[in-house]
Amino acid sequence: MTTVKEQQVIQEQFKERMNQDELLNCMRCGFCLPTCPTYIESGLKEAHSPRGRIALMKAVVDGIIEPDEEVERSLELCLGCRACEPVCPSGVKYGHLLEEARDIINQNKKHSLPVKMVRNAVLNGLFPHQNRMQMVTGLLGFYQRSGMQTLTRKTGMMKLFPDHLATMEKVLPQVPTMKKMKNRPEFLEALGPQTKRVAFFKGCLMDTMFLESNDATMKLLQLAGCEIVIPPDQACCGALHGHSGEKDAGKELAKRNIQAFEDLEVDFIITNAGGCGAFLIDYDHLLKDDPDWKERAKAFVSKIKDISEILYELDFHKKNHLELPEQVITYQDSCHLRNVMKTASAPRALLQAIKGIEYREMKDADRCCGSAGIYNIVESEMSMQILDYKMIQTKATLATTVVTANPGCLLQMKLGIEREGLTDKMRGVHIVDLLLEAVGQEK
Amino acid sequence: MLSNDVKQKLKAIVGVENFEDSKSACLVYSYDATPNFQSMPDGVISPRTTQEVSEIVKLCNEHKIPIVPRGSGSNLCGGTCPTEGGLVLLFRHMNKILEIDEENLTVTVQPGVVTLDMINAVEAKGLFYPPDPSSMKISTMGGNINENSGGLRGLKYGVTRDYVMALEVVLANGDIIRTGGKLAKDVAGYDLTRLYVGSEGTLGVITEATLKLIPIPETKKTMLALYQDLEAAAKTVSKIIANKIIPSTLEFLDQPTLKVVEDFAQIGLPTDVQAVLLIEQDGPAEVVEKDMKKMAEICHAEKAVSVKVAQTAEEAEALTTARRAALSACARLKPTTILEDATVPRSEIAKMVNGINKIAEKYKLDICTFGHAGDGNLHPTCPTDARNHEEMERVEEAFAEIFALAIELGGTITGEHGVGVMKAPYLEWKLGKEGIAAMQAIKSGLDPNNIMNPGKVFAKDSRKRLVVTR
Ligand SMILES: Cc1cc2nc3c(=O)[nH]c(=O)nc-3n(C[C@H](O)[C@H](O)[C@H](O)COP(=O)(O)OP(=O)(O)OC[C@H]3O[C@@H](n4cnc5c(N)ncnc54)[C@H](O)[C@@H]3O)c2cc1C
Ligand code: SF4
Ligand code: SF4
Repeated sequence: MTTVKEQQVIQEQFKERMNQDELLNCMRCGFCLPTCPTYIESGLKEAHSPRGRIALMKAVVDGIIEPDEEVERSLELCLGCRACEPVCPSGVKYGHLLEEARDIINQNKKHSLPVKMVRNAVLNGLFPHQNRMQMVTGLLGFYQRSGMQTLTRKTGMMKLFPDHLATMEKVLPQVPTMKKMKNRPEFLEALGPQTKRVAFFKGCLMDTMFLESNDATMKLLQLAGCEIVIPPDQACCGALHGHSGEKDAGKELAKRNIQAFEDLEVDFIITNAGGCGAFLIDYDHLLKDDPDWKERAKAFVSKIKDISEILYELDFHKKNHLELPEQVITYQDSCHLRNVMKTASAPRALLQAIKGIEYREMKDADRCCGSAGIYNIVESEMSMQILDYKMIQTKATLATTVVTANPGCLLQMKLGIEREGLTDKMRGVHIVDLLLEAVGQEK
Repeated sequence: MLSNDVKQKLKAIVGVENFEDSKSACLVYSYDATPNFQSMPDGVISPRTTQEVSEIVKLCNEHKIPIVPRGSGSNLCGGTCPTEGGLVLLFRHMNKILEIDEENLTVTVQPGVVTLDMINAVEAKGLFYPPDPSSMKISTMGGNINENSGGLRGLKYGVTRDYVMALEVVLANGDIIRTGGKLAKDVAGYDLTRLYVGSEGTLGVITEATLKLIPIPETKKTMLALYQDLEAAAKTVSKIIANKIIPSTLEFLDQPTLKVVEDFAQIGLPTDVQAVLLIEQDGPAEVVEKDMKKMAEICHAEKAVSVKVAQTAEEAEALTTARRAALSACARLKPTTILEDATVPRSEIAKMVNGINKIAEKYKLDICTFGHAGDGNLHPTCPTDARNHEEMERVEEAFAEIFALAIELGGTITGEHGVGVMKAPYLEWKLGKEGIAAMQAIKSGLDPNNIMNPGKVFAKDSRKRLVVTR
């Protein structure tokens, strides 16, 4: 519940902080409606469309309505997938509006105790601290290796959780050992003639739970002729914070990262998680009102590039023979990689360069899978509805391999495969792992 | 305000989940794509069947509650803005394609079907529904029929009106009637089908429509002609028609429009020329080839600096898609985008383009002009800022002058966007007092309590138009 007093404060801040030009920039043409997953899945309700959400934000600013529960609900149900941005001819920066609105609501609203504890634990206690991420992932590893996993599964303990969370537990990757996670490289030389010097942004989830994909990424970069620096003092990107209305925490992390990467004299800063990359590439917006950081943020942002994009630019797929056993492959876009980082054709071109496979584009590959950060946990009903649609399209391609470019999407697609009972017939992989597999096949 | 009793009855008709009256539920239906119009409805209802629509209308008629039928709210005349409150009627459940009749070449749809979805469905069967408003990705057939929408292919194939064969309509008293049929010939009584086309929701609710289809043209070619002289481009348009060629598309974009569209679409449109014509022809390959060649010659003769034919279907598609984004792309420039829809006979297009530029200069405004030049239908668009009252007044005067010019050239105040509230005060300019009286007689005959989309089409009094409301 948001009290009347809280609503008043929120309304005041909407007036002060929301970008009115950006709100007015929406001419209400509705071109964004057919791309919005929540509009479609809610049965075409305008309140769950981008145009409706913008109108609600504007009406709060204009004082026509109060920021009541329903306004909040409309903003909560948004995936933040930003599919509405590239299709908007007026160029409305919806993502920025949403972030600001969520931040205002969150800063002025008392969360119920359990929600507060979870948010606090995850956003402040866990993600900003790599060693703690390692600990938690380590615990998960212990759970998997010690036989406890089998035990909990057998005793049906997971049945106590909502269905899809129980399934989620099954699809988590086999996590690396603590020793492996602690022992990370800080510099790697190019294999073959060096053409570029890059820095690698490793990401918290990617460098713990998905450590192997990080190793694969670096291997590919080396093969592509890159010398790699991996600054150890880098931090979490802050995306989870930014998207859940903890903007200040996001800013602190941004500053730590800018500092960590700024004197490395590299050509690019490479990421392999669309969700992180999109937030990194927005640091200049995040710090736009901070004169000490604005320019430094711009310099940082200009170097951000996704792994697919750089591999494509460096002709990795032409210089290396890529081959895999016969299989049908399809690709699920990472929303943030596509809509914010504008990387969509590079991953497809790389996949299509692999010999022996058939690439089939799935219908609506650019529509969100419903993962969206922690959305699949907090908005499970909508998330699963969106996932069900995604699985219909995935199955229609008859693919046996579903490729993604972001850890959240990867888990969600694996969850979809498990839910459909297709674990024997279909696999979900990160594009870097598949590419490395394809390089290996040559020998 | 709706009384509790009425609310209960409405819920009983459609089910609790299909009636809403919370503030935010009402707010998101308080606007359409028309700038500066906003007004709250008292409730929002989503019927599932014609029968439910009939019961709702009957109840509203009894209690004199305004009804605003709403498709996707993409109209540009304030047509779905609930200026007098009441109930917004949504067709989000009534959005099915009911039948594609391959023997009679017709398609029958519910009003909520999205235009492009229907076009794709009939094209999958080798059939063709030509009217293609730029908004077809989101507009509904109910909206298209009620605005009599045109599109890029209007020049050769006509507008929505030319394809509506039969309708099912719920009248303002709740009666359900069927007009027309799948018939090539039918003179039984007044042509009510035509009356309802373009009626903007003021005469009843359309709950089903049967539309004419034609065989899909064999081939299609697209080209772009570039000009350094606006008038030369406009003259080319009249010249092409005078040479007895009717291309399927003949669109005009001036430089300011080209710039914003390229900014959005990034497909390499030329931004260093004064104007372009986007020309398309479809039909049998030989005919298309011949027409394209002839039109290219005319373009060159009229001082086109270059004429480029799209090499692939994708390239052609990118061009037309970019053109469709023109209006919303103009919204990039400034917070408020005021667009008009004046239409003149094709032979007068050069005079109109020229006149618009002079008027823009006179009132010191930036005006982007684009539109269906082949139809004589231009969309002069003015990026401005509603908060700047002084400038808004100039915009208003400039557009009044543009209307006057259009009528002087034998044209009309709106070619395809409809009257709504936006252009109601100007309707008399076009129709005269007597014309308005005749229309009003029809309105009060069919809707004596004035519950169907009140406040639209007919102005309270014919006054100088106000662009700024509130
Ligand atoms: C970017 C952009 C480009 C556009 N391009 C074009 C174009 O090229 N050509 C063109 O002609 N128009 C164009 N339009 C205008 C608009 O899209 C059309 O008028 C369209 O037909 C409206 O469809 P809609 O479903 O949004 O209808 P709405 O806007 O929801 O409604 C339009 C009118 O129809 C009435 N109505 C809707 N459904 C029913 C029903 N079932 N029964 C009774 N009344 C009903 C409403 O009351 C209203 O008066 C454009 C608009 C935009 C924003
Ligand atoms: S956000 Fe963009 S696409 Fe959506 S309604 Fe507004 S202007 Fe149109
Ligand atoms: S971010 Fe995604 S879910 Fe949110 S409004 Fe835009 S398209 Fe819809």
